Amino acid sequence: MSTISPTADALHGDGHDAHAHHHEPSFIQKYVFSTDHKMIGIQFLITTMLMLLVGGALALGVRWQLAFRWEAMPFFGQFFGAEGGQISPEFYTMLFTMHATVMIFFVIIPVLAGAFGNFLIPLMIGAEDMAFPTLNMLSYWFMWPAFIAIGASFFVEGGAAKAGWTSYPPLALTDLNGQTLWLIGITFVGVSSMMGSINYMTTIIQMRAPGMTMFRLPLTIWAMFITAILQAFALPVLTAAGFMQLMDRTIGTGFFIPDGWTANNAAMASGGGQPLLWQHLFWFYSHPAVYIMILPAMGMVSDIIACFSRKPLFGYKPMVYSIAGIAGLGFIVWGHHMFISGMNPWLGMTFMVSTMMIALPSAIKVFNWMGTVWGGNIRFTTAMLFALSFVSMFIIGGLSGVFMAATPVDIFIHDTYFIVAHFHYVLFSGTAMAVFGAIYFWYPKMFGRMMDERWGKVHFFLTFLFLNGTFFTMHILGVVGFPRRLADPYHYATFHHLRPMNVFMTWCAIGMVATQVIFAANFILSLFFGPKAGRNPWHANGLEWQAPSPPGHGNFDFQPVVYRGPYEYGSPEVDTDYYPQNQPPPEPKHADQPASTPAPQPA
Amino acid sequence: MKRFWCLFFMFWPLLALYVCWIAPEQGWWFPGTGPATKNYVGPQGGSAMSPLGQRIDDLFYMILIVTTATFIFTQIGLGYVLWTGAKRTDPGNKTRAWFSHGSHNLEVIWSIVPAGILLYIALYQMDVWAEFRMRPFFPNQQINSVLGKVGVNAEATPGATQALAEVTARQFEWRIRYPGFDADGNLLPLFAVPHPTDLYTVNDLHLPSGAPVMINLRSDDVQHSFFLPELRVKQDAVPGLVIPVWFHATESDTYTLLCAELCGWGHYKMKARFVAEPAEDWVEWMHELQEEQNFDGLIDEEEVVDSN
Repeated sequence: MSTISPTADALHGDGHDAHAHHHEPSFIQKYVFSTDHKMIGIQFLITTMLMLLVGGALALGVRWQLAFRWEAMPFFGQFFGAEGGQISPEFYTMLFTMHATVMIFFVIIPVLAGAFGNFLIPLMIGAEDMAFPTLNMLSYWFMWPAFIAIGASFFVEGGAAKAGWTSYPPLALTDLNGQTLWLIGITFVGVSSMMGSINYMTTIIQMRAPGMTMFRLPLTIWAMFITAILQAFALPVLTAAGFMQLMDRTIGTGFFIPDGWTANNAAMASGGGQPLLWQHLFWFYSHPAVYIMILPAMGMVSDIIACFSRKPLFGYKPMVYSIAGIAGLGFIVWGHHMFISGMNPWLGMTFMVSTMMIALPSAIKVFNWMGTVWGGNIRFTTAMLFALSFVSMFIIGGLSGVFMAATPVDIFIHDTYFIVAHFHYVLFSGTAMAVFGAIYFWYPKMFGRMMDERWGKVHFFLTFLFLNGTFFTMHILGVVGFPRRLADPYHYATFHHLRPMNVFMTWCAIGMVATQVIFAANFILSLFFGPKAGRNPWHANGLEWQAPSPPGHGNFDFQPVVYRGPYEYGSPEVDTDYYPQNQPPPEPKHADQPASTPAPQPA
Repeated sequence: MKRFWCLFFMFWPLLALYVCWIAPEQGWWFPGTGPATKNYVGPQGGSAMSPLGQRIDDLFYMILIVTTATFIFTQIGLGYVLWTGAKRTDPGNKTRAWFSHGSHNLEVIWSIVPAGILLYIALYQMDVWAEFRMRPFFPNQQINSVLGKVGVNAEATPGATQALAEVTARQFEWRIRYPGFDADGNLLPLFAVPHPTDLYTVNDLHLPSGAPVMINLRSDDVQHSFFLPELRVKQDAVPGLVIPVWFHATESDTYTLLCAELCGWGHYKMKARFVAEPAEDWVEWMHELQEEQNFDGLIDEEEVVDSN
C-alpha cells in the first residue's frame, strides 16, 4: 500500500496529483481492459443497465401476451414476434425463460456483486484496490462470452432456451441448440462470479485499513462478504449440474434421463437417471442465489437509511448475525421449491420447518431498520425514499413467503402467480429499488457530480406506483389459481374474468418501463451537467466519502486510519452530526481519560 | 414535501388492504364451483370443493390473518417513525437524532415473538400435509370403501392397486387408463401394468364423488403437473415415477384439470376436465366407455336406415 501523508493540497485536490508514481494508463487500459476496481464497477453498472433494458423488453412481451393474447405486438413485435408481430406459444415460453435469465444472471447478480461490490469494497475498507486486480478485470470480461452465447441463441435454429430459467430436464433436453448455448452462457457467468467471489473474500479479509476491524465494517461490506462466501460454496454445484446437463444433451450420458423415456415419440438410447436430481442440484445453487440477489441490497439499504436518519444503525451486531443466519439457513431450504415435485414428502416437512425459520432473521432485519429510522432526523432524499420503499416492500415479499413455506398452502399456490408476485416483490420492489437508491447515493462518488433530486423523486414516485400496480395484483391472480408460464390462460373458463386485471397490469408494466427513461436521462445528463459533488456530499461516515470524488487511481490521497464504526451519526463526542470513521477522536479533556487508540491492524 | 412522503408510504398499504378486502366480491379469490355448473359466473370467493382443500383454505386464512396483522403493525410503525422523524427536521427544531446503537431487550423480544409465531404455523400445518402426501396417513379405509362400493376387491387381486385410474401426462394431453370389466361384467381393479381389459380416455377424467379416490400419476415424456384448482390438488408428474394422489370431490360437478408445470410450447393447452359423479353413475359411464371402446365399426343395417 502506498504511504502518502495527507497534505492540505491533496485533501482538497481531485486526487490525481497525489499518485504521480502511478504511470498514466492508456485509453484502453483505463476504460476497456481496466484493472481499476472503480472502472470495473462502472463497466458492470453500465452493462447491467443495458441488460435491464433487454430484460424489460422481454417482460413487456410476456405482459403483452397475457393482456392481449395473440394480438400483434406493436413495435417489439416486428423484431421478435412470429409473423405479423404475433407472439406464438413457443415464442412466449422463450420470452419468459429469457426474461428470467437476463434479469437474474445479467442484471441482478452482476449489478450487486459486480458493480457495487467492485466499486465499494476497496473504498469502504480503505484499500487501494482489490487484492487481485487482473482477476477482477477477467471477472468482467468473462461476462462477455455469456452475453454472446445467450445473444446468439436467439438466432440459432429453434431460438433461445425455452425450458424456463430453471431448465428442468427432461424438457430442457428436448430443446434445440438454444439450450446448449444457455448452458454455456450460464457456465461463463458462474466463472465470472467465482472470480469476483474469491477476490472479494481475499480483499475484505486482507486489505482492510489500519483500525478497520471486522465489526467496524459497514453492513454493505458484511453483506458482500457473506454473499461472496455463498457464491463460493453454491456455484460449483450449479456448474457441475450444468455440465451434466450439457453432457446429457451432447454426448449421450443419462444423468437426468429415466429408463424407458421417450420424447417426440422416439425412445432415447440412454437412461437410468433421475429428473429430480437436477432439481435438487439446481436449487441447491439457486436458493442461496436468491440470497445472493438480496443480501447486498440489504447491506446498502442499511447504510443509506442510517446516513439519512442521522443516527447509528439500530442493532449493528444483530444485523450482521442475521445476514449470517440467512446465509447459513439458505443452504438448507432449497427443497421448498420442490414440495410438489414428487420429492419424498417427509423431506418436504423438514424443508418446511427450515423455511419457516429463515423468515426470522429477515424479520429481525426489518425491525432493526425501523429502529434505525426511529428517533432520527430524517432527510427525504431520493436515495432515502428508495431505501425506505425497500423496507416497506420487502415486508410484503417476506410475508407472502410465509404462505408458500406452508406446505399445504403451497400445494395450491405453487406455480401460480402468487409465486410470481412473491419473487417480484423481493427482486424488483426489493433489490431493484435498493439498487436505484444505491445509484442515487453513490453516484457522486462514482462520477463526481450529483444526480438531479427533483427528477429522482419523480422517478421514485412513478416507479413505486407502477410496480405495485403490476406486482401486487399478481397475488390476487395467484389466489384464483392463475398458473404461471401459460401462453394463453384464457383457454380455461376459470380465468376468463381476470382479463381486465391483466390489461391493467400490462399498462402498469409499460408505465414502469417508460418511467425508467426519466432515470436514464437523469443518469446521463448528470454526468455532464450535474452540480459538482464534494468529497462528502451526504455528510456520511464511511471511508469512501473521505476519498476524492471521483477517487483517482489508488483511491485515497492519504493513508486512512479507522477509529470507529461507520454509523456514529449524531455522536455527542463531536459538534457535527456525523463522525467520519477516520476522524481522530477529540483530545481528552482530563489526563486520566485515555484517548481511544486505533485497534491493531489485522494480521 | 417530507410530510407528503410520510403519507405516501401510509397510503399504499391502505390501498393494498382495500384491494384485498374487495377481492372476494370481485371474483378475485379462490376458485369454487366448477365452470360447468349452470350458475357459474366465475369464482365468487368460492370455498374448496374437497374437504382437504377446505383445510388448505382455512390454513391460508389463518396465515392471512397473521400476516395482515404483521403488515398493518409494521407499516403503521414505519409511518410513525417517519412522521416523528420528519418533525425533528422542521425549521427551528434543533433536536438531534437519538444517539442509540440499539436495545438488547428489543432484539430479544422481536426475535422470540416472530420465532414463536413461525414455529406455531410450522407445527399447525403438519397434519394437513401428512394426510395429503404421506402414504401411511392417507385415508386408506375410505379409499377402499369406495372400491368396495363399485365392486372392486383390490386387496385380493395380485398386481392390483388401490387406484381407480392411472393418469399419464404427455405433451400435451392427459391419457387416462381405467380398469375394465371381466367376462361377467364385474369391475376389475386397476393393475399396475396395462391389462387387455383396460379402458382408455383422453383428457376426460371421471371418478366417483363423495368419497376419497386415488389415481396413479405418471408421465410419458417431461414433467407435468396435475392441477385441480377447485379441489386444491396439485402434484407434479415425473417421468420414471408413479405417484399416488388422492382427492375427494364433495359435489358431483365438472371441474377444470390443467397442467401447472412447464412442459413445452403447448403447455397452455393441456386442458382436460374432471367429472365427479355418484359411484353408480360412474360405473354406468364405465359400461358406456367399454361399449364405445369395443365397438367394432359394424353398424346394423336398420340403424343406418333409421338415421337416414
